[in-house]
Amino acid sequence: MKVIVPVKRVPDTAGEKNIDPNDKTVDRESVESVLCPINEFSIEEAVRLKENHGAEVRVLLMGPESAQPIVRKALSYGLDSAVQITDDTLAGSDAIGTARAIAKALEGEEFDLVIFGNQATDSRTSIVPAAVAEILGLPSLTYARHLEVDGDKVVVHREHEEGYDVVEATLPAIVSVVEAINDPRYPSFKGIMAAKSKPLDVKSAADVGIDTGAVGQANALAVLTEFEQRPPKEAGTIVEDDGSGAAAAQLADWMQSRKFI
Amino acid sequence: MGELLVLIDHSDSQPKKISLQMLAAANQLASASGDTVSAVWLGEGASAVADTLGRHGATKLYTWESADVTGYVTLPQVEALEKAFEVSGAQVLLFASSNHVKDVAARLAVRTGAGVITDATGAEFADGKVVATKEVFGGELITKCTFADGVKQLVGISNNAFVAEETGGGAPEVVALDVSLSESATAAKVTSVEKQVTADRPDIAEAAIVVAGGRGLGDEKGFALMEELADLLGAGVGASRAATDAGWYPHRYQIGQTGRTVSPTLYIGSGISGAIQHRAGMQTAQNVIAINKDAEAPIFSIADFGIVGDLYNVVPKLIEELKTRKG
Repeated sequence: MKVIVPVKRVPDTAGEKNIDPNDKTVDRESVESVLCPINEFSIEEAVRLKENHGAEVRVLLMGPESAQPIVRKALSYGLDSAVQITDDTLAGSDAIGTARAIAKALEGEEFDLVIFGNQATDSRTSIVPAAVAEILGLPSLTYARHLEVDGDKVVVHREHEEGYDVVEATLPAIVSVVEAINDPRYPSFKGIMAAKSKPLDVKSAADVGIDTGAVGQANALAVLTEFEQRPPKEAGTIVEDDGSGAAAAQLADWMQSRKFI
Repeated sequence: MGELLVLIDHSDSQPKKISLQMLAAANQLASASGDTVSAVWLGEGASAVADTLGRHGATKLYTWESADVTGYVTLPQVEALEKAFEVSGAQVLLFASSNHVKDVAARLAVRTGAGVITDATGAEFADGKVVATKEVFGGELITKCTFADGVKQLVGISNNAFVAEETGGGAPEVVALDVSLSESATAAKVTSVEKQVTADRPDIAEAAIVVAGGRGLGDEKGFALMEELADLLGAGVGASRAATDAGWYPHRYQIGQTGRTVSPTLYIGSGISGAIQHRAGMQTAQNVIAINKDAEAPIFSIADFGIVGDLYNVVPKLIEELKTRKG
């Protein structure tokens, strides 16, 4: 069985993020970058398929050369190989453009299952997995809190606000996972060392056959036109409780004055 | 003068709160553009809700009362919406920012060449194009986004960004969509639906008030206290990642950058330090109350009212005070 795990390099939530005011793209170079936190879960799920089904697992990352350490980080969890799509023409792609590039890259790969994270922590658009599935004409079984492969079928417990749907489709299929799916392991020292020499193919948009008219900032169908920093919040009222819970009365007053009760 | 479509998100045969909020958003847009607002209800139960949708501003209601909407994953809805676009000639569709609906929008966008903007907290027209307000980077940056020229516009609306309003409209004109599904629309089958949420509390993403508990609760029993406070206020109950990772509360209630985003009028966090990863999921709350033993907890920097103290002293007292004042 062949599994592909797309991963994303995102700005560290705790770091200061910037949008380049000149071209209104995310300034991904000026900030500390990490492997998107949800990818720990998609990677873990893939490693389990490796352990339980002998799956071959490949990492896929779309990003500039400076993102390579993120690819090695993903490999350090025990995955087999990686492919990185790097091309200036991809910069500033919107979610649909990103999906077109990733789908093209996947067309050039053999796979039974593609496991995405449900949404990335930077823009939280959540569009890419289902859009990739549509471009490839495959089923999208997203928001998986449980995943199992049974022969040529994949079964997913697809989470929603009130519970989950049990859904199934014949492979090949695209899935995305939510945090509830597993408890990710840490990379082992052996895995970290081995990651350095795992095969990593770097491909350009042309290598992969990406139509540059469909990607990049100029071809985005949704565009950012303005941005501003969230204004800092005005300091509120902070009181210390004397140990008896008496401050609760002040809070209740505050809530009542604002009609919360 | 054209039509603005609103995909009604519904549960248990009722439109969800977000759907009525989206109708308000659509009406706002329509009053500027001179368009009319058409609701789209996919699945059974449309006739029972037509009047409600009409009262909230829908002058037309497109329906497709097929069991395939819930029997198969995503694609039947995509194909029904393609039909709705075809029949209405609409250029704009508003949809709810919930997981499954986003998938519908994603696949529809690819299929029709539409642009998609998700999680808009504001929307207005400029030169025939929707300009959406959208937050990124965990709420740190507020952006304005719009669409390229000449493409259909799919706009995902955030919970509690708009206020539902009864416009006093009468029953909408009902138009049944004639949808014949392609073979690939049934590729992913729903074999069962497991409902897990039994308590009668609002979903946290929709709730006007959210009560959240974190590591400071010490163990899962602390959530009984959170639930008591929540039920007094008609609130939803959320949790920090520390609490859900510890198994004290189900993952679906986790608020944070890898969990759910809430935008309530009031958020009350007890025993939550308020690290950036959590704030990313709740910092658009209009009013924030924080209760924490640690005076240095980052949550106090965004609190409108904070109490530095032991939540096990403060919260039971708060519950007592609220009960008394409620009368």
